[in-house]
Amino acid sequence: MIKDTHTKELLEPLCNDSINAPDSGIKLTRRTFVQMLGSGLLITVTQGVSFGQRGRSDGQLSVAARLHLNPDGTITVMTGKVEEGQGSRAELAQAAAEELRVSVDRIRMIMSDTALVPDDGITAGSRTTPINVPAVRRGAATARELLTKLASEKWKVDGGDLDVRNGIITHKATRKTVTYADLAKSKDVAEVFKQTIPSDVVVTPVSQWKTLGTSVPRQNNRDIVTAKHRYPSDVLRPNMLYGKILRPVSYGATLESIDLSKAEAMKDVIVVRDGQFVGCAAPSTFLAAKALEAVAKTASWKTVVHPSSKEIFTHLKKNARTGERSRPRTSGSVEKAFADASKILSETYEVAYVQHTPMEPRAATAEWNDGKLTVWTGVDGPQRVQGDLARTFQLPNERVRVIVPDMGGGFGGKHTGEAAEEAARLAKAVGRPVAVHWTRAEEFTWAYFRPAAVIECRGGLNNKGSLIAWDFTNINAGGAAIDTPYNIANKSILSAGSDSPLRQGAYRCLAATANNFARESFMDELAAAAGADPLAFRLAHLENQRIRTVLEAAAKHFDWPSRRKKVTSELGVGLACGTEKNSVVAACVEVSIDRGRGEIKVNQVCEAFECGPIINPANLLSQVQGCITMGLGPALREEMQFEDGKILNAGFSGYKVPRFEDVPKIEVHFINKTDIPSAGGGETPIIAIAPAIANAVFAATGIRVRSMPMQSALFRQL
Amino acid sequence: MDAKITLIVNGNERTVVTDPARSLLDVLREEFHLTGTKYGCGEGQCGACTVLMDGKKTLSCITPVVRADKKKITTIEGFADGDSLHPIQQAFLDKGAIQCGYCTSGMILAAAALLKNNPKPTDKQIKEGMNGNICRCNGYTKIINAIRQAALQMKEVRIP
Repeated sequence: MIKDTHTKELLEPLCNDSINAPDSGIKLTRRTFVQMLGSGLLITVTQGVSFGQRGRSDGQLSVAARLHLNPDGTITVMTGKVEEGQGSRAELAQAAAEELRVSVDRIRMIMSDTALVPDDGITAGSRTTPINVPAVRRGAATARELLTKLASEKWKVDGGDLDVRNGIITHKATRKTVTYADLAKSKDVAEVFKQTIPSDVVVTPVSQWKTLGTSVPRQNNRDIVTAKHRYPSDVLRPNMLYGKILRPVSYGATLESIDLSKAEAMKDVIVVRDGQFVGCAAPSTFLAAKALEAVAKTASWKTVVHPSSKEIFTHLKKNARTGERSRPRTSGSVEKAFADASKILSETYEVAYVQHTPMEPRAATAEWNDGKLTVWTGVDGPQRVQGDLARTFQLPNERVRVIVPDMGGGFGGKHTGEAAEEAARLAKAVGRPVAVHWTRAEEFTWAYFRPAAVIECRGGLNNKGSLIAWDFTNINAGGAAIDTPYNIANKSILSAGSDSPLRQGAYRCLAATANNFARESFMDELAAAAGADPLAFRLAHLENQRIRTVLEAAAKHFDWPSRRKKVTSELGVGLACGTEKNSVVAACVEVSIDRGRGEIKVNQVCEAFECGPIINPANLLSQVQGCITMGLGPALREEMQFEDGKILNAGFSGYKVPRFEDVPKIEVHFINKTDIPSAGGGETPIIAIAPAIANAVFAATGIRVRSMPMQSALFRQL
Repeated sequence: MDAKITLIVNGNERTVVTDPARSLLDVLREEFHLTGTKYGCGEGQCGACTVLMDGKKTLSCITPVVRADKKKITTIEGFADGDSLHPIQQAFLDKGAIQCGYCTSGMILAAAALLKNNPKPTDKQIKEGMNGNICRCNGYTKIINAIRQAALQMKEVRIP
């Protein structure tokens, strides 16, 4: 028998690290939590930090961090950030440890539980590193300063004569000491430490970093390899049912009639209908699915016309909001420069819809108690989903608690809380906790997609082979990294919306991959037209020193000049570079072409990356290796196929993500640039992969593949 | 019709009365609350649901529970020896072969099956043997490192 304690433990409320965390959370408000922690220290930081995400109008968002000094000498850090494999848990713990002058094992993280943590904004856009790490550092540095000040006042000595190490404040002359744990128990300090944190508090310079800059592992790694950690889809509640939701037969279809009686007659099954919403709840997923199947058979739908993936690029172009009313960003005299050009190239690139397909599909468990809702779910923005649920169920925010246990991947694909709402609806109707776990097919169909794109490029060279005119329009995919980093005096750049037949949204690095694919492929075409080496052509147009550095590093480690001489009709090399989210990347790749089968095999990727001072080298390496391999998928094979409002390849059998056998020889070179702030590193490393492959394919075959995924595109062109 | 099924899960005999067509995965997770075995695709394509059945790699999402009747099932929960991690688990920790970690249990069990059959695989054999397991964080490089280390450290593969 499995020990009862195991099951019992599973049924207890899920918290993050233990800090005497409150159980039955539904009664908990942030205020009661603060009171509960009252024996120790609480510091609240609230300050507006201004930033804008390109292409969006988020504007001013507040950032807050909380630190709690525990009587046992540990420190609890509370953050609204989510851990989904990108490394925020370790990174934020490092930030606090560094400034508090304690080892990182003294830090306890509480993450993404709306009852306990401040709203740090959605986990997206590589913002944890540039925004939240500094916020936690400022909070921790202020805590340390205030504690030191208290000690100096107590001992009537100068604060400058005190030293802080390992959570112990020492008066250097007398060797008197007091620990954070001692101070945590002091009643006097509580008030003092509730101060707002100044934005100009001095944090530790990179040259003196002890914890930041080191490869601290994620603290709950052991719970991952033993499976003690419960992901959102692992949450069990007493008396819980499993729910299945009726999905429309195709996109845009509306339910006209349905007969619930057969499912209602099934033992232990509860069927819920509320307008278009139909769901079944049962003691097992198997039974719920069976009931839903019975219901679905009786449904009649009104369908709508929906474009297919075969005509997607024509459709997007036809519906593009370009033309006279669009406002491209221009500089110089673009048309005059094209008129002066001795050579003009004009090409169109395409990028198919792809999906994130995190290993854990959407999942939620919802529970109602006394008109209050608690949901455990896997989403990037716990506070955002809390607000959504509050609106849906017409509740004040404080009656909704959203908890995000460390979840099974996202890559930009879990910004929305569909499963949370579905579980909450069913749970409300049946009066018991309900878990809704999306199937892979549901995730493939009803989550959202990275936008497809049509990108039109025009470039003009003068008689010296210099690029003097540039015209670049992205239809549908968005404006991330749309501007060219190259020095071109006359340019026009436009991100134009269109009519997307699929629901689209964020994805690792957003449109930067599409824009970089087109731009860096096109730069190669222009280099060829100018009779120049692709590396030399880029460098001749590149003033951005950070990009030059990574490009030269990648080329050097790859041995670009001699590798380029060894190109054959079956072996190609290519390179690409780019910048986004304040980091820079360059990649050189080698590909083999099997002309008979029309296959592209990536043998080697040599990538150089720089994102300011490196906070956690091992984690950054995981991110970069992950980006490189993930990037192979949409570059070579991944594409959503759809027709009549249905996804035709809604499974891993039809949608081919990278696997072990696809992994090339990967070489990663970091440039640790310490004189600028750290930027996030989990996204930008993906943007150089596709164009570098396209350029390598061209080097070998002389064929320009201008459509992602390139595998099928090359096959058509061979 | 429901049937009475008996499984030996991580050395413990468990019985369940259920539809014989129900997946082994659902029974492990929903009846026994062994949530370490994950759902990833439901079509045997991703390996997240990998368990060992009588020591053999088995995709529990496409295995009707009736096929596991009277069989020895090893899940990730039974893999460590008390507080002492299995060398493969330890290798995943040592090599940092975890990003989101959702695929990790399936990876560890698939690696155990691979190393049981081939204790000293080449990198090519590791890739071949693990190709049925998907990691969407695409942490394959470090997972290969972990399996390589585990192979170096183990004289023989203990399957609990």
